[in-house]
Amino acid sequence: MSTRTVLHEADISRALTRISHEILESNKGPDDLVLLGIPTRGVTLAARIGALLADISGTPVPVGALDVTMYRDDLHRNPTRTPQPTQIPAGGIDGKTVVLVDDVLFSGRSIRAALDALQDIGRPAAVRLAILVDRGHRELPIRPDFVGKNLPSARSERVNVHLAEVDALEEVTIES
Amino acid sequence: MRHLLDTKTLSREDALRILDVAEDMRDTQSREVKKLPTLRGKTVVNLFFEDSTRTRISFEAAAKRLSADVINFSAKGSSVSKGESLQDTAQTLQAMGADAVVIRHGASGAPHTLATSGWISAGVVNAGDGTHEHPTQALLDAFTMRKRRFGDDSRGRDLDGLKVAIVGDILHSRVARSNVWLLHTLGADVTLVAPPTLVPQDVSAWPVRIVYDLDQAVDAGPDAIMMLRIQLERMNAAYFPTEREYSRRWGLDPARLGRLPDGSMVLHPGPMNRGLEISADAADSPRSTVLEQVANGVSVRMAALYLLLAGERDSGNAEENAQ
Repeated sequence: MSTRTVLHEADISRALTRISHEILESNKGPDDLVLLGIPTRGVTLAARIGALLADISGTPVPVGALDVTMYRDDLHRNPTRTPQPTQIPAGGIDGKTVVLVDDVLFSGRSIRAALDALQDIGRPAAVRLAILVDRGHRELPIRPDFVGKNLPSARSERVNVHLAEVDALEEVTIES
Repeated sequence: MRHLLDTKTLSREDALRILDVAEDMRDTQSREVKKLPTLRGKTVVNLFFEDSTRTRISFEAAAKRLSADVINFSAKGSSVSKGESLQDTAQTLQAMGADAVVIRHGASGAPHTLATSGWISAGVVNAGDGTHEHPTQALLDAFTMRKRRFGDDSRGRDLDGLKVAIVGDILHSRVARSNVWLLHTLGADVTLVAPPTLVPQDVSAWPVRIVYDLDQAVDAGPDAIMMLRIQLERMNAAYFPTEREYSRRWGLDPARLGRLPDGSMVLHPGPMNRGLEISADAADSPRSTVLEQVANGVSVRMAALYLLLAGERDSGNAEENAQ
């Protein structure tokens, strides 16, 4: 078993800065944006991107969390998962451009669950997807709009994202 | 979690897990679409051998909000009134493919028998058995007290140091028993207040203090006071001389309500006998949590059904593998 670091602290920070600029560019500014992170690490990333967006554009952007546990299609295949809190910013998501934020995009099933969860909360004008690492192997027709790094991987490999707020170290590794 | 049978053997960790999941369930209940797809395709049977309206409706609402199919089975007008045994009833439900059985039964221990007999593979939730336990009621009471005390910051917290007085018919009350065990597990400090005739004999083994005078309990400044219903159908012996006397000595009247400390809460599991154990003033005061308890009951039961039914069967505690 070997572990290789594919993104270091500076790489992660550069990737998030670039994603933030891309979000502002595609949205033509910070208006009507809502960032929703998918627990656990997506929430951390959403908070960071939110801070970057505010720095760059000078306007605060609402940031929240969207738990998808109750909408997963694999609940009965795994031991019971404990749901995490969902926090929708006060302005809601109706008519907004929601950017979903997650750490790793793999099968696409979490995002499918997130889209279902969003539908129960409101009706955004558009939904976008920002991902730190896209490792391929999609099982559903889902693609990211903003990608930190495309990481070709074997299905058997494990991609681990560590963020300082959650894990006390900051790196992305791939284990084979 | 495989079954939810009592709070006496419920660990602190499991209790907090149910309460925390209930917080998430509660959040979903303020959404535009309240229904979650989580238990789609699962069948929950409400097996009620005793009359109950609110508990059954609460479980039914909880199961439906999680998209489970609900079958209501009450003893009246069913095969049970024709003399069918619990075993045959259970096996019939098993053959129909029940994934969870919510049972209320007049005999203490019936849910335990159902869960351990091997008659069924479904998860069993005790919705009240005899004078034994009513665990989801205690969980929703604890949830309500935690929410009132900590507000939005309640996740992961217990009830350490909370002073709770439980007043009324302790002898017949499964709600009181479940509350005593759960509150003790969560670190609360419990006082029971009742006429001596309505205190059970084995009470010395409980982690509680007993007081026979409600005024004394009120002046001790409880954070929460829980008024139990006087179940007139069970008052077959002369436990107290008259309803008026009970009301005067052990009822929460406006004077006693006024002497409760600021920020204290008044709980009642319902249905209330207004004017007997609780005055209208107390029932309708801002301190009363009665309607919150009803709303929280659905959230807590959703959490219990979720934890029983959503995961892999017989997974043990392989929580780590989920990551």
